[in-house]
Amino acid sequence: MRIERRLRQPRWLLFAVPAGSLVFAFFASGLVLLATGHDAVSSYRQIVDAAFLNSGAVGQTLTQATPLAFTGLAAAAAFRMRLFNIGAEGQLFMGAIAADAAGLYLGGAGWPTPLVIFAMIVAGCAGGAAWALIPGALRAFFKTNEIITSLMLNYVAAYILTYLVFNTESYWRQTTGFNASVFPTAKTLPDRALWPGAVIHVRGGVALPLGAGLAVLVAILLWFLYTRTRFGFEAQVLGDSPRAARYAGMRTRRKILAVMGISGAVAGLGGASQVGDFSHMLDADPNGLQRQYYGYTGIVVAALARYNPLAVVPVAVLIGALQNAGNTLQGADFPSGLVGVMQGIILFSALGGELLVRYRVRVGRALPAVEAA
Amino acid sequence: MNNSLLVVVLASGIAYGTPLLYASLGELLAERSGVLNLGVEGMMLVGAVLGFWTVQRLHATTWLSLAAAIGVAALAGTAMATIHAFLVITLRASQIVSGLALTIFAGAAGLSSYLGNDLNLADNPARHAFHAVFPASVQRWSVVGPVIFGQDVLVYASWACVVGVSLYLSRTRPGLNVRAVGEAPASADAMGINVTAYRYAHTLAGGAFAGVAGATFTLAITPQWVSGITGGAGWIAIALVIFAFWRPALCLVGAYFFGALQALSPQLQARGIHLGPTELWTNSLPYVMTVLVLVFVSASGARRRLGAPASLGLPYVREER
Repeated sequence: MRIERRLRQPRWLLFAVPAGSLVFAFFASGLVLLATGHDAVSSYRQIVDAAFLNSGAVGQTLTQATPLAFTGLAAAAAFRMRLFNIGAEGQLFMGAIAADAAGLYLGGAGWPTPLVIFAMIVAGCAGGAAWALIPGALRAFFKTNEIITSLMLNYVAAYILTYLVFNTESYWRQTTGFNASVFPTAKTLPDRALWPGAVIHVRGGVALPLGAGLAVLVAILLWFLYTRTRFGFEAQVLGDSPRAARYAGMRTRRKILAVMGISGAVAGLGGASQVGDFSHMLDADPNGLQRQYYGYTGIVVAALARYNPLAVVPVAVLIGALQNAGNTLQGADFPSGLVGVMQGIILFSALGGELLVRYRVRVGRALPAVEAA
Repeated sequence: MNNSLLVVVLASGIAYGTPLLYASLGELLAERSGVLNLGVEGMMLVGAVLGFWTVQRLHATTWLSLAAAIGVAALAGTAMATIHAFLVITLRASQIVSGLALTIFAGAAGLSSYLGNDLNLADNPARHAFHAVFPASVQRWSVVGPVIFGQDVLVYASWACVVGVSLYLSRTRPGLNVRAVGEAPASADAMGINVTAYRYAHTLAGGAFAGVAGATFTLAITPQWVSGITGGAGWIAIALVIFAFWRPALCLVGAYFFGALQALSPQLQARGIHLGPTELWTNSLPYVMTVLVLVFVSASGARRRLGAPASLGLPYVREER
């Protein structure tokens, strides 16, 4: 058996492989369930019910999917240029901190809602972009590996977030009132700073958060940027062959900074949506390690979507649905941890399936024929 | 004397640093062969849960059950690393995505928590745990008592591992081969070194170390099982490898330094000493320092001597060299 590189990647494979990975993953997770003495069919039914069918389930799925769409888009934007920004987690926190400050301040000052929301969006993007530009600038000017620096900064951002809510009387923290004296909490946003959602009247009403709409918009913009503009083309060339790009006179440094900035801004927008749409305050974990892992799961979403921004959105909904099912079903008779296991297996099979897209597996003797490129 | 801040922080810094040391030694082996494994946290958690399960399951409460537990933890970590190795070495998948996937698969919301629940491990303390080796009279000696003689066997074994890994990489033929594979796989291949086999072996060894690191939590530091018990130590271990310039002896120094930082914050609080936002800086200092070290290495002329293995993160495909 031999593995050869494909000269042309058939289009149908780009869809068949992710779909096949999903099917395979459901079978493999089913085997895990059976092996540990659970009823796989009923567990799956519980997941589908909790993710889509129960009343209010779709709304909760969207709540989980929205931040994943943003972090997934952030990863896709950077990974397409082979800039491995795995810091969407921290960039999301920084976006949330900045957007929360903007919402608290301007909302409190009595600005009209649309302006407050716009300011929160801008602040979120700026916060995320600024945090992403640290590894970006280090990469551009010192050639420092952005994988590790962006990863490390996730934890710094998480500890800053915790610090602001728990260990200091900061602007973000609620300092008056009875609850605040018992347990540290963050300030709730004023009504003017809450993001509106559209309600669709199916299955008892599904709330479409503003963030979900923004995510779709960003996906379209990113798709346009990467497939229809010179900027996207150059980024692609720089990713595929930095040397060729240099010869062609493309500005490497500037592009690294721009792409990291865009990636961070998208993740930061996710943080703004997190604050404006869902939590309405800075949501921090007292242990400093924020448990949602939106950033890492976002990378997984982007990889499953093969870094195509348009595909990120449906994949985020799918993974968000799993996440939602995991949260809702915790306890009871549903095996905890199953969701992570399933996400992992989906990814493993998608990663393995990647091989089939890029290479062909030939059984038997090598053929001398050369395929036309 | 033995209650002074410095001694207490040093002694518990060594205890807290031990899982970091094991995990970073493992990651170092994998990275030296050119494989970046971001799944350390996941491998640690699976080692932690299965090591703990072994002790609960065996009825003997002798050192044998502890030895078996460490063995099971190492095997569990190896099994997790096998997934990563297969995906990135044989199937040439992205090392970053695969490693993160491993952490999601095995981590706090994945397999380790699934196993912990399924095997009902959360409610009971460990039946048997590692304790200090030396008698209490020795532990009362000034300074060296708590710092050196107050530790359990896992700490002393980790010192042997540091020496072992260090000698292995610098003084043995296979050790030199690994370094060749990590720096220049094509040249290593031309020399007749089996790149694939070396990468597999060292990624798997990395998993075994990570598994033991996890068991250090559930059998020595806090002898119980709680989902997500490692609390991010796997990520610090990855940072530590860079912080130590990919050198085992420096891993030891770094692990105890990071461990001491972890011990410092509660000690300062207990003693009513305020040094600014203590928790913020003690927690984030390891990460910030790692970034600074990386910048220093990449910006200075020492890049080739102190930097990462040249082929770290890159798949090796013989036909495409």
